[in-house]
Amino acid sequence: MNSSVLFGLSTVAYVLAMILYIAYLAFRQNQVGIIATVITMAGFVAQTFAILLRWKEFYEIGQMGILRAIPLTNLYESLIFFVWCLILAYLVVEFRYRNRSFGAFVTPIASLVLAFIDISGMSTNIQPLVPALQSNWLLVHVMMSFISYALFAISFSTGLMYLIVKTEKRNEPAYIFWTAAAGIFIIVLAAMGLDYMTFKLSVKNQEELIKSYLFRATFRNEAGFIAVVSYAIAAAFMYLVWRYGMVLKKIISGFDLSTETLDDITYKSIAMGFPIFTLGGLIFGAIWADQAWGKYWSWDPKETWSLITWFFYAFYLHSRLMRGWKGKKVAMVAVLGFVAVIFTYLGVNLLLSGLHSYGAQ
Amino acid sequence: METGKQKTFVDKIWDVFASVKLAAVIFAVIACTSMVGTVLEQNAEPAKNIRILVKFFGESAAPAAYEFFSRLGFLDMYHSWWFLFLLFLFCSNLIVCSIDRLPRIWKLVTAPIHPLTPDHLDKMSIKRTLTLKGKGGAADLVAASLKAIGFKPAEAEVDKDRQFYAEKGNYTRLGVYITHLSILVIIAGAIAGVFFGFNAFLNLPEGQTSSVAHKEGGKEIPLGFEIRCDNFDVEYYGESDMPKAYKSWLTVLRNGQVVMQKAIVVNDPLTYEGITFYQSSFGTVPDSAAHGIAILRAVSRDGRSEEIHARVGDTFSIPGAGIQGRIVNFSPALSVDQNGRPFTYDENMINPALFIEFTGPGQRFSGWIFKRLDRTWQLPDGNRVEFLNFWGVRYTGMQVRKDPGVWIVYLGCIIMAIGLYITFFMSHRRIWVNVSEEKGQSKIFIAASAHRNRAAFERTIEKLVGMLVAGHKGGTK
Repeated sequence: MNSSVLFGLSTVAYVLAMILYIAYLAFRQNQVGIIATVITMAGFVAQTFAILLRWKEFYEIGQMGILRAIPLTNLYESLIFFVWCLILAYLVVEFRYRNRSFGAFVTPIASLVLAFIDISGMSTNIQPLVPALQSNWLLVHVMMSFISYALFAISFSTGLMYLIVKTEKRNEPAYIFWTAAAGIFIIVLAAMGLDYMTFKLSVKNQEELIKSYLFRATFRNEAGFIAVVSYAIAAAFMYLVWRYGMVLKKIISGFDLSTETLDDITYKSIAMGFPIFTLGGLIFGAIWADQAWGKYWSWDPKETWSLITWFFYAFYLHSRLMRGWKGKKVAMVAVLGFVAVIFTYLGVNLLLSGLHSYGAQ
Repeated sequence: METGKQKTFVDKIWDVFASVKLAAVIFAVIACTSMVGTVLEQNAEPAKNIRILVKFFGESAAPAAYEFFSRLGFLDMYHSWWFLFLLFLFCSNLIVCSIDRLPRIWKLVTAPIHPLTPDHLDKMSIKRTLTLKGKGGAADLVAASLKAIGFKPAEAEVDKDRQFYAEKGNYTRLGVYITHLSILVIIAGAIAGVFFGFNAFLNLPEGQTSSVAHKEGGKEIPLGFEIRCDNFDVEYYGESDMPKAYKSWLTVLRNGQVVMQKAIVVNDPLTYEGITFYQSSFGTVPDSAAHGIAILRAVSRDGRSEEIHARVGDTFSIPGAGIQGRIVNFSPALSVDQNGRPFTYDENMINPALFIEFTGPGQRFSGWIFKRLDRTWQLPDGNRVEFLNFWGVRYTGMQVRKDPGVWIVYLGCIIMAIGLYITFFMSHRRIWVNVSEEKGQSKIFIAASAHRNRAAFERTIEKLVGMLVAGHKGGTK
């Protein structure tokens, strides 16, 4: 059995788990919830073995020593590892807080990431390490960065849920904020999906697709009519989310999750993620950069964006100490923080150029 | 702050700098301006950034936008006066707010824990009550159990009751200040690097020596010694053109004497007297193929070998075999097209090959030998010509750096790691246990507080309760 079969199995398991967790939310059947948990765990085990197998395969091809064969050297592998961390963190939360409802928010993120890998057609081949990545810092730097990203992803979903549950009126800033955030999130994903489908035949290279064809099928379409219609549809969708956001509130309020628990999970995952990110992402990154490039800090876009992310979460941690900032306002900061994480992780590699560009291969 | 007393202007400024609000504003401003700096390419040619701006502002407004951002220093923003000013504000905020809060926190940290009256205990966040039947022994049990969960309790009498109280990790409240201090240390290290160090580069062709490096803008920096590039080479994965390693063999010379030798690769630089040389790039010296030297090893059938240095056009002989080879042609990257015709596919030395004509008594043959393919080294007559190197045509590009501040930065990083650990993973835990004996039973009241991660401390308290109940039962049997 090779790693790709196991990766396939875990993908199927996570998608199945997503459906079951949502069904569990809708019908409140305990058995459904238990099956969802079991399938998630099975997927997790399969994925763990898949990563270890790929590690072994990489080790045999690369001949670089076991530490440098960690499968974390391109976008595909890092996304897989991100999903792994996310599911692990979720399972920990499920067992600690004895609450399953939250799975309906996390498994879709995992499934979306895996679907993104599949439809974008990114290279899943094992590529030997380029000279810049041949360092033992690779293991700790990349691994810790992704563990913190996964923790931030958890804080994003609980932060968003907190806002959904806590908001009462449609004209309240926090309500507008979360409907806008959720709306834009879905619109961007949908537009990228359309880009992909429209340009699948004409564009060979995945990076090219994102760099020059982003939103070409919709908002940046050459036909002005389509662009206008796209904006109109997007606006209408945003309105719908805003108008019927309360439905989501009703569903989530039905869980046995108190707002205190949501706030607590948000804070705890950031309080864990922030030091891990600081140490693994920034400090170890700086030490490695010092060894490889002769500069521990060179204001490269990736470095700068990770600093921006760091400032967002530092802002979150400090704003909890400020009067009048507890609750909804800090939850908004947590949600925005994860937007910065997404940009640090994907946006920089796909849209900007710089020293960290090997991630986009 | 005392009321009634008029705040002076200095006090007001102090209050602004000591506020968390200012910190939040600075975080936001640094983050937002930095975003602009990552979209606009720093220190790039104007055309590049105008192309980027066209995407945002359209063809017609882009030059004006460029002018606007250029005026504001956004094209080299991390070195602009206003960005440095923001960092300065950030530091001042850190220093002032730490000085402002430290005395109060210090008092809290150093003041020993006191026994408290029941009224005070009632205000604690964690409370448990339990009753143990039977007289005596309860106090000792409490003391022993507290020790078992890691506390060293003191004892006092409060309202005729016996009270045990203890605290742990009171210094963890300083974690935040350690973290703040570490940021200042890192910035101090960065400043030291700017003033006492330099960042330069050096392109050194094979065989050449240099006693200077070049700063951006061309300014020469004397190294204080000489550095020579003996050789540069790229290793590839198998027969593919995927690079595995960029390697430069360097020699450090002082007054003509060799003092150090090292082969550097990416991630493994050479350091001599505080100056570090990093493998950063490489290239071909223009018009150099003509004077490049092919380094070959000719091995005869009977095993005699000899190293040969020859240029294109030169003739060499294989020892004891009576065969002469003449190097006719050189290609930096040779491949074969569909019709079997060789062609050069790259200007860089990716797959170097030599065309050699061999003549001997009664025989004549010729062919390409490749540096990377040792199977092409074998000649049809059983002799062998190994193609070891084509030397003297490439240069190694090195980043040259001196940074005495880097150790201060690393020290700051270590302090930060410690500070963050203390701040987020440790907490100041206090516990009071009141034991009152009445009517043949002991009433035990536990009050406790933790300034962070209360849930974990609550679990410890549950353990303590469990131990008291179990210990009591064990004692009465």
